Amino acid sequence: MLDGRSQIRRKIGLRLWLSGGWLLILVLAAVFAPLLSPHGPLEQDLFLGRMPPFWVSGAEPGYYLGTDSLGRDLLARILYGARVALIVALVAGSITALVGSTLGLLAGYLRGWVDVVISRLIDIWMAFPPVLFSILLIAVLGPGLVSIIIAIVVIDWTRFARVVRAEAMAQGAMDYPASAQIAGRTRLSTMIVEILPNVLPTIVVLLTLEMGIAVIVEAILSFVNLSISTDDPTWGGMISEGRTSIHQAWWIMVFPLVTLFLTVLSFSQFGEGLKDRFDPVLR
Amino acid sequence: MSYLKISNLTVNIAGTSARLLRDVSLNVEAGEVHGLVGESGAGKSMIGKAVLGTLPRAIEIVSGAIELDGTDLLKLSPAEHRKRLGQSCALIPQDPLTALNPSRRIGPQITDRLTDILGWDTKHARERAAELLDEVQIPDPQRVLCSYPHELSGGMRQRILIASAFAAEPKLIVADEPTTALDVTVQKQILKLIKDMQQRHNTALLFVTHDLGVVSKICQSLSVLYAGMVVEATDVRSFFREPAHAYSRALLAATPKYTDPEASLTPVPEEVIAAVRAEVEAADQRLRHG
Repeated sequence: MLDGRSQIRRKIGLRLWLSGGWLLILVLAAVFAPLLSPHGPLEQDLFLGRMPPFWVSGAEPGYYLGTDSLGRDLLARILYGARVALIVALVAGSITALVGSTLGLLAGYLRGWVDVVISRLIDIWMAFPPVLFSILLIAVLGPGLVSIIIAIVVIDWTRFARVVRAEAMAQGAMDYPASAQIAGRTRLSTMIVEILPNVLPTIVVLLTLEMGIAVIVEAILSFVNLSISTDDPTWGGMISEGRTSIHQAWWIMVFPLVTLFLTVLSFSQFGEGLKDRFDPVLR
Repeated sequence: MSYLKISNLTVNIAGTSARLLRDVSLNVEAGEVHGLVGESGAGKSMIGKAVLGTLPRAIEIVSGAIELDGTDLLKLSPAEHRKRLGQSCALIPQDPLTALNPSRRIGPQITDRLTDILGWDTKHARERAAELLDEVQIPDPQRVLCSYPHELSGGMRQRILIASAFAAEPKLIVADEPTTALDVTVQKQILKLIKDMQQRHNTALLFVTHDLGVVSKICQSLSVLYAGMVVEATDVRSFFREPAHAYSRALLAATPKYTDPEASLTPVPEEVIAAVRAEVEAADQRLRHG
C-alpha cells in the first residue's frame, strides 16, 4: 500500500526563486550583452571619464552605471564580464565535478589500494595553498581563459573527491549494493547503476557551490592581472581598476563588486535550495 | 548429497591471526531449512556472507571449501562465481530499509536478475515480478512496481525483498536475521511468509537468527555457533528434546519464557563458557599445527 509519504510534494522555496532568478538574469545578460548594452565594452571616450551613475547629478545620459577612468561604459563591461564569469563557472565547474567525482566514487566504492592511492593524492594536493598554486599555474601556462579553467580544475577536484568518496563509502556499506552483487552485477556496474544515482544529489549541490568558487577564483586572478588580457572586461579586473580611484569614483569598483557578490551568493544559495529539495531524509 | 556443503572453513581478519570462523563444517540438504544460531559476534552472518561472497575486504578465507551442488565456489573465477551465485543463490537481508536502492523504482530492482542473469525479456520479467508481489500478498502489484522504496513501509519492503529473493527460483537462499529489524507484530507474518514461500518453491534456506523460538518454527536442522566454532550440529527435534552440548543446553535455558514473564532470565553459567572457551582454544591449537 502506498502511504502518505508518496504524497509529499515540496514547494520551491523563496531561496530557490531568488537565487535562480538572479542566475537566470545573468545568463540572459551574458547571452544578449550586445543587444542590451548601449556602448561597446572597449569603447573609450576620454572626455567622459569617471562619469557617475544616472541618479547622481552630473551623469551623462546613456551611461546608466557611469564610466571608468578611460570613459568606458560600466554597464557594458559588467554585462560582457558576465560572459567570462559564466563560461568559467560552467566549464570549470563541470570539469572539476567530473574529475573529482569520478576519483571520489572509485576510491569510496572500490576501496583497497585504489582508495589508498587516491586518498593520499588528495591529502598531498590539499597541502598546497590554493591561491598561490593557481597563480603559479597561470604563470606557467600563461594567462587566458583556458588556463584559468585548467587552474580551477587542478586546484579544486579534491573538493569533490573527498565528499563523494565519503558518500560512496556510506552508500557502499548499505545492503543494496551487496544484494545487487549477489544478483550477478559486477563491481563496476554496481558502482554506476546502484551507487552513482544516490550520490548524484550531493554532486549537483557541490557543483553549484563550485561554480560560485570558480567565479571568485577567476575574479581573484583578474584582480592580480593573471586572468585573460587586461583589455577584456572581467569583474575582477574592473574591481582592480576601480580600487585605484575609489576616492574619486566609488561606482567603478562597487558595481562589479556587488554583481560578483550577488552571483557567488546566488550560486551557493541555489545549491542549498537544491539540497533541501533532494534531501534524502524525506525520501 | 547435500546441496550446500561447507567444510573446514576458517576465516581470519586479513593479515592477522585473529580468527572469526574456526574450522566450520555444515551441510544443507536441498529444500531444507538450516538454522544458524549463536550469540552476537559468534559468526552466524559471517558464514552467510562467505557463502554469498560478500565478505568485507578486510576479511580473508584462510582454508576450507564452500561447495554448492558439488562445485567449490572458492575455486571459481570472479566471473564464474558471479554467474553461479546469480543463478542459484539469493539473500533475504536483515534491514529492509537499506536493502533497496532508494533512487530506483521497485520494478527494475526485482527484474534485474531475471533480465541480466537468466536473459529474460523485460516484459516477461515484469509480469513475473507482478506475480511474485501478488504471491507475497502485496496489494496492487502494478502500482508498487512503479513506486520508490521510500513510499513503502518496512514490512512492505521486506515482502518485496522476499519476492525478489525467490524471483529467479534459486536453490539456496541465505536469510540473514530477516525479521530482526521489524516490529514484533510484523515479524510473525514475515516468518510465516518465508516458510510458505520456501515450501512452495522447495528452496534450501540458511536461516541466520539468534531466536531459538524462530528456529523451532521454521528450521529442520541447525548449527549452534560459539566464537566462530560449530559446537553442535543436529536436527531441530533432537536439539529441543535433548541438546547434546552443555552450551546448547545453557542457551536453551537462557531463552525467555513467554508463559512466565515474571521469571528472571537465566544467563549462560560461567563454567559452561569456560568449558566452551577451552574447546575453542583446542580448535585453534589444532588449526595451528594441522
